[in-house]
Amino acid sequence: MFDDLRDLYSAEIRAHGRNPRHGQRLPVYDGQAKGDNPMCGDRVQVFVRRDGGAVAEAGFEARGCEITVASADLMCEAVQGQPAHHIRDMAGQVADMARTGQCEACEVALERLRPLSAVHAFPSRVKCVTLPWLALLAALDGDKEIARE
Amino acid sequence: MNAVTKPTFDVERIRAEFPILSQQVRGKPLVFLDSAASAQKPRAVIDAMVQAMETQYANVHRGLHWMSERTTDAYEATRDAVARLLNAPSRDEVVFTKNTTEAINLVAYSYGRGILQPGQAVVISAMEHHANLVPWQMLRDSHGIELRVAPITDAGELDMAGLEDCLRDGKVGLVSVTHMSNVLGTVVPAARVAALAHEYGARVMFDGSQAVVHRAVDVQAIGADFYTFTAHKLYGPTGLGVLWAKRELLERMPPFMGGGDMIASVSFERSTWAEVPHKFEAGTPPIVEAIGLGAAIEWVERIGFDAIQAHEAALTDHALARLAEIPGLRVLGSAQDRGGVFSFTMEGAHAHDIATLLDRQGIAVRAGNHCAEPLMRRLGVDSSARASTGIYTTPAEIDTLADTLHRVREFFA
Repeated sequence: MFDDLRDLYSAEIRAHGRNPRHGQRLPVYDGQAKGDNPMCGDRVQVFVRRDGGAVAEAGFEARGCEITVASADLMCEAVQGQPAHHIRDMAGQVADMARTGQCEACEVALERLRPLSAVHAFPSRVKCVTLPWLALLAALDGDKEIARE
Repeated sequence: MNAVTKPTFDVERIRAEFPILSQQVRGKPLVFLDSAASAQKPRAVIDAMVQAMETQYANVHRGLHWMSERTTDAYEATRDAVARLLNAPSRDEVVFTKNTTEAINLVAYSYGRGILQPGQAVVISAMEHHANLVPWQMLRDSHGIELRVAPITDAGELDMAGLEDCLRDGKVGLVSVTHMSNVLGTVVPAARVAALAHEYGARVMFDGSQAVVHRAVDVQAIGADFYTFTAHKLYGPTGLGVLWAKRELLERMPPFMGGGDMIASVSFERSTWAEVPHKFEAGTPPIVEAIGLGAAIEWVERIGFDAIQAHEAALTDHALARLAEIPGLRVLGSAQDRGGVFSFTMEGAHAHDIATLLDRQGIAVRAGNHCAEPLMRRLGVDSSARASTGIYTTPAEIDTLADTLHRVREFFA
């Protein structure tokens, strides 16, 4: 039973979903935003600390499913050291990957997020992957409290 | 001779009347446990709607031709059926709306703004669907009405002493509560709530979206002033809801929406309103849907609420027993009087992940906050999975759910 779910709930995703490394508020941060999915009740709050034009560190607090938590955790890992202006492109690539299962244009920094592409077979769960990225973009924009998926 | 007539209920025969139940989902037989969100439709309802469109359809209340007259008769016959279903004193007290949400908004708008005075209060309960919360927040913000929330107990029952506390200062104009919770399955003691509200001079409305599906509702015995439900949960079509209200209230209330069908006379200077219930039915109504609801009510009446309730009571006992066997699973609420709605959480597994795994086995449940976010907070959970039964649910389907949940638990262990 559930053999066809082993892609979505891969060891990688499950590890990040259950024991996220970045799943806490940063002690010092200069941007934060909440992302809400009002249809299902998921909420992610993302914190960023900048270093010049780049993201030095990101962290999050979430109440949500394993997919949301795993996506948030892998996101925090992937954006570390990335220029803020580049993160919007990364978010777009992740969204495409979640919707289509393909990511021809995905860059090396997103390689570890590839297991999340399995979510494309579960259309109602695509938002679980994209919600943390929306919150991150809102945190970088600075003027948005809440992003809605 | 046996003096007691036992209700006869053959669930397999009932199932055979629902075409969709023979569908396979992901190669597995459909186990549909999401009827509290929307119920499946029996052949009688589908046929009545198709037949109307194929043989007898025109606009209602305005044509002088044969087709319009026949269609009007069929449409209006559903008003009689609803009056019968609710044991309403008069068919003219039955107003058709789009759904329960619109029915509650109608009351919040027309009764709330037209009759209630700023400074008065409306009481809801802590286990309301957003449909019976948000319209009152809007009324509060636009009209200076205070919104009070009667508490629930840890068992998920309405706290009657808490409700009385809300009423005590005499400022409450309306109590609006669910008759059966869409999250907990709790059936609220409607007659006691109505008596208490009336004792303090308040009117009372029940959101009957869930209750009307599961048991016989008698608005006169309850002592209700307003009662609402929706067709699509009662094995009828989407797009049609019902507001029942006492005639004297409907007559005092201003219209909700203006347009055709709700007027007596119109000039550029002024218009006068049609008699109730038409005063509240502006524009072309959902004609085919009303015919579908009429068929659904007749179909449910043929089975009978005694039989429906007996079937559901047995299913509920079975479901609670089977769910209790699953380690780490917590069923929300433990009301004495409850119907076939089971919300649950499972240690180590999020509700959405549970729902995705169940879906892969052809089992349809809901997951999330069930349009009742404040209730979820009260219960101390972020989200839950919800299995809900219908007239066609079998004990074997409950077994499939429970067996699969054991496997879900292993998967997430």
